[in-house]
Amino acid sequence: MKALGIILAGGNNSKMQELSKKRAIAAMPVAGNFRCIDFALSNMTNSRIQKVAVLTQYNARSLNEHLNSSKWWDFGRKQGGLFLLTPTLTEDNSWWYRGTADAMYQNIIWLKRSHEPYVIISGGDCIYKMDFNKLLEYHMAKNADITVVCKEVDPHVDISRFGVIRMNEDSRITEFEEKPMVAQSNTISAGIYVIRRRQLIEMLERCAEEGRNDFVTDILIRYKNMKRIYGFKITDYWANISTAESYYKANMDFLDVDVRNYFFKQEPKIYSKVDDLAPAKYNTGADVHNSLISSGCIVNGKVENSLLFKKVFVGKNCVIKNSIILNDVYIGDNTHIENCIVESRGTLNANTYYSGGDGIKIVVEDNERYVL
Amino acid sequence: MAKKEMIAMLLAGGQGSRLGVLTADVAKPAVSFGGKYRIIDFPLSNCINSGVDTVGVLTQYQPLRLNSHIGIGMSWDLDRNSGGVTVLPPYESTDNTDWYTGTANAIYQNIRFIESYDPEYVLILSGDHIYKMDYESMLDFHKRNKSDATIAVMPVPLEEASRFGIMIANEDHQITEFEEKPEHPRSNLASMGIYIFTWSVLKEALLALKDQPGCDFGKHIIPYCHSKDQRLFAYEFNGYWKDVGTLGSYWEANMELVDLVPEFNLYEEYWKIYTKSNNIEPQYIAPEARVDRSIIGEGTEIFGEVDHSVIGTGVSIGKGTVIRDSIIMKECRIGDGVTIDHSIIGEYSKIGDNTHIGVGEYAESQYDPKVYAFDLVTIGEHSVIPANVSIGKNVAISGETVRSDYPDGNLPSGGYIIKAGDEA
Repeated sequence: MKALGIILAGGNNSKMQELSKKRAIAAMPVAGNFRCIDFALSNMTNSRIQKVAVLTQYNARSLNEHLNSSKWWDFGRKQGGLFLLTPTLTEDNSWWYRGTADAMYQNIIWLKRSHEPYVIISGGDCIYKMDFNKLLEYHMAKNADITVVCKEVDPHVDISRFGVIRMNEDSRITEFEEKPMVAQSNTISAGIYVIRRRQLIEMLERCAEEGRNDFVTDILIRYKNMKRIYGFKITDYWANISTAESYYKANMDFLDVDVRNYFFKQEPKIYSKVDDLAPAKYNTGADVHNSLISSGCIVNGKVENSLLFKKVFVGKNCVIKNSIILNDVYIGDNTHIENCIVESRGTLNANTYYSGGDGIKIVVEDNERYVL
Repeated sequence: MAKKEMIAMLLAGGQGSRLGVLTADVAKPAVSFGGKYRIIDFPLSNCINSGVDTVGVLTQYQPLRLNSHIGIGMSWDLDRNSGGVTVLPPYESTDNTDWYTGTANAIYQNIRFIESYDPEYVLILSGDHIYKMDYESMLDFHKRNKSDATIAVMPVPLEEASRFGIMIANEDHQITEFEEKPEHPRSNLASMGIYIFTWSVLKEALLALKDQPGCDFGKHIIPYCHSKDQRLFAYEFNGYWKDVGTLGSYWEANMELVDLVPEFNLYEEYWKIYTKSNNIEPQYIAPEARVDRSIIGEGTEIFGEVDHSVIGTGVSIGKGTVIRDSIIMKECRIGDGVTIDHSIIGEYSKIGDNTHIGVGEYAESQYDPKVYAFDLVTIGEHSVIPANVSIGKNVAISGETVRSDYPDGNLPSGGYIIKAGDEA
């Protein structure tokens, strides 16, 4: 593969509410056994990209723990490998990453010392499957300076949290607005880009000289008339996690057989860190319908239209409906949970009632857990 | 090479013929267990959890599955710069080219491997037991007693003792006598087939008995050491230990995992059991499905009913299908409207729609009544069962069967269809 990979995983979003307290979005658990960043990492390894940098900044403990070995995604080879690039103090720089462009600029040595002609940049907060070889072919065929992966969304979807794109008939991007109040089109940027490595270095250096820090506003939007920037439209599943609602929806999407088959049954596969948990166990009283259950779970109660992440314990006579229970949650007997996201490692007392009503409630409970 | 205090030699070459069609194409240690594991995962996990990081795995019978499962040992953290796991198959040499003729003979043929680590002690394991055991505390016992050979033993009910090799030990745990499957046992301490030898002692015995045909630990090495007045000790183990050598005990050990609080608990953080995980995605339980008293592996999709069963990874179970008291191994495809009762279905098997398995009255097996003596339908891996057939109890099937193999769509209890394996 003729490209390097860069995954932007430093981000956080206050719209994730309590969920982002513990971790960066890239480390959010997704679909039971996965983390958000697994999708970008798996796409890169499946596209035979050998050298990948993950740029982290915001609360990276959980992410670092997940990336404790690169072997899960088949990096850790003699050539290339997985590079965790966090902000560091140097003689001439003591800044945190002030934006996505600045984050790459602060690691420009890594870019300069590589020899791959192209760079694939992806957010760590997207759930998708993609063969970057096809993207690169398109990029070269269009003789583009930058190619932006984009997706048309349904007209009713609120796209104010995305970059909105307009293209001409040749797919060249003519308009690019970041998070507009009133959108001019329903094509949005998927946060995945290809660019020639030397071109990227040049643009990053220029940005830095001008004191500019953001890849989208200071490179894509600023250069859109000067450089050949193209859009590459995808029609397959793509979801971005930036709010509690989008997080809830993306997880619930996996209850759909087509989404499951697309990600889990069709090659290539999505990889994740392996946890070596025992198979899920259903005791008398378990009553599970239309739900995804992960390994290490022990179920004694009712679970409906829900996702149980790894190592969840559901007590007797519990009712769990339309909810997402994150890793290692203990739910005492007779507890009712409806329309909730229960934060990981929580302990929910017996005989309690949680409901998100018409919305979604985020439950963070750190009660004492008594383990035999 | 760096010196190792103790290395393990894991005997994984046996067929396990009492598991019938389940081991037609795989060695017994590679047979699935408990939904996502294989039998060999237990001794391998015990090794790494006990701090034994150098393991030689001796293979002989049908090693393909075993080799691909073990790989470079990454799943058990046995991919090491120094030590780690090494698969040791029989090999050709300028003289005395031979298969492994017995357990001790297999070790004898790999003396060079052992010597390359210059160990003080060698741990001998077999790949056919389900247990969690700290070999380090057994080694402490061995050292404390200045033992030459320590044999792990387990108290068994006296009436069952005649099925085992029985050790008779004094109050200091020193073995004074032993009996192989005695009619009137004088002790209830059964050998578990787990030994720690001081390497110099074992090496001397292996060289002395190198011409012994079928040289075996229980039959030859231990008696030899005893005759030389070596210090033999019995290390008593009181945890869960299960020999899964017969279809009955294999089924039972799987089903015990389903108990409310299983005696053998896989859900503890302490002493994890590791395995190679190919499937990692969660399992899906459909709106119309029902699951009761069962354990289910990753990536499995259930549209039917599962009751008191152990289901492997990546299995699909169709609509209206009912599975009871059965073991379904990984990647099986079970159609719609199927019933399966008291059965063991091997990996990658396909069962057609509206087929019924385990119906009618029990009958003695016409194929091999000694092996198939537990009222279990046993279906070997990669088997195919067509749609709309009825299969009785205590049946053995292996291979791709078609409708014409079932006269009137029937296979009566005790019957068999063997189209794969040795008799293909």
